[in-house]
Amino acid sequence: MREKRAYHVITFQTTTEAMAMEKFCETNHLSGRMIPVPREISAGCGLAWRVSSEEFPKWLKHVSETSLRYEKVTELMM
Amino acid sequence: MIYMDNAATSWPKPIQVEERMVEALRTFGNGGRGAHGSALTAARMIYDTREMLAELFGASDPSRIAFTANSTASLNMAIQGLLVPGDHVITTECEHNSVLRPLYRLEKQGVELSILKADKNGILQYENLEKLYRPNTRAVVITHASNLTGNVTQLSRISSFTQRHGLLLIMDASQTAGVLPIYVEEMGIDVLCFTGHKSLRGPQGIGGIWVRDGLEIRPLSVGGSGIRSFDRTHPNTMPEALEAGTLNSHGIAGLYGALQYLNEMGIPVIYEKEMKLTRRFAEGVEALDNVKLYGSGLHEEQMRVPIVSLNIGDYDSASVGQWLWEDYEIAVRTGAHCAPLMHKALGTENQGAVRFSFSHYNTEEEVDTAIEAIRKYAL
Repeated sequence: MREKRAYHVITFQTTTEAMAMEKFCETNHLSGRMIPVPREISAGCGLAWRVSSEEFPKWLKHVSETSLRYEKVTELMM
Repeated sequence: MIYMDNAATSWPKPIQVEERMVEALRTFGNGGRGAHGSALTAARMIYDTREMLAELFGASDPSRIAFTANSTASLNMAIQGLLVPGDHVITTECEHNSVLRPLYRLEKQGVELSILKADKNGILQYENLEKLYRPNTRAVVITHASNLTGNVTQLSRISSFTQRHGLLLIMDASQTAGVLPIYVEEMGIDVLCFTGHKSLRGPQGIGGIWVRDGLEIRPLSVGGSGIRSFDRTHPNTMPEALEAGTLNSHGIAGLYGALQYLNEMGIPVIYEKEMKLTRRFAEGVEALDNVKLYGSGLHEEQMRVPIVSLNIGDYDSASVGQWLWEDYEIAVRTGAHCAPLMHKALGTENQGAVRFSFSHYNTEEEVDTAIEAIRKYAL
């Protein structure tokens, strides 16, 4: 079985919000990747941005300085 | 072929359009319908193209731009999705049927319609706009430039009217997006409808609509959105609210290639070259006996897009077009131009008009050939 790790999963209302987040993170060299929304979470959009929990504070600091929209953040072992 | 029918669709397309579309056909999954690599490749291209369009049109939020098939689809969405029976709407004699027919349809359902007249040169009688206002006026639907005369609308006169009365300004940019500056937020536009295959130089079948923040359009189509799958109603968040069903991502990729090309070339450079060719042509034919040009003079302050419409004597415009093709392989548009009220204002409802519409790919030699052809036919 694949070993589980701690992640913060950011969900979105729309695909466009998700793509804007991915582009921002890549441009600003913030780690993370796009994943399908895990079943534990209910979200508007089927895409979610996954950040390792160690990297999450850095992600939050950068994103909170922008007007990027997201729905919510959930901590998950996955 | 000497292609002078760019107001119908621009040709040739930049090589970048072809390249992006071939890459897309080879690599794209369904953007917005999955998180695997090929779906994300498509979704990234869709998002990047939204961003480029937002920048082009001076829109601060790319998510306010939805992709559609063309201007007609966008105008139908805007007109039928914003007006309700009891509303009054103002449009103009310059409009294309893509504006008029949705309005006529709504008129039958109880929307009141007024039409601002144009003079015999196709210039709108702006001074009469105020007289058309009613307490239930909700919107003005107007083209940015006539597809028949090439006259550009003096938008500031329209937007000062709409802003003074709190009306919606819905603009058809079919003939101007990609050739004239459009800054939606600065210019007081509420809804911008555009197509990708004319001056934006992308492929046919892709266009879009920009909707001001805070304004909600009732979608004509609802269905798959890739989001909120268990809701019984289609999401109202932009842009998905107006994008039911799989997007034309291959067309969007082509449009992306076209926008890359426009950015490399510079739109003002393209416009200047096109207007130089337009003036060369107009000057070459305007003095000819028997040739009647339509629209404002090219030497006046009135702005124009690179269109010159004309007739020779009382020749059927369709015959002239056929001669141009058979004798010189010059491609133009003839007949009626889906702008019935403009034809009536110009007095060309029976004859139609021969429309030359230039692109920066045309050369002075091609223009001179077209002048020579008209000269021979007019003798």
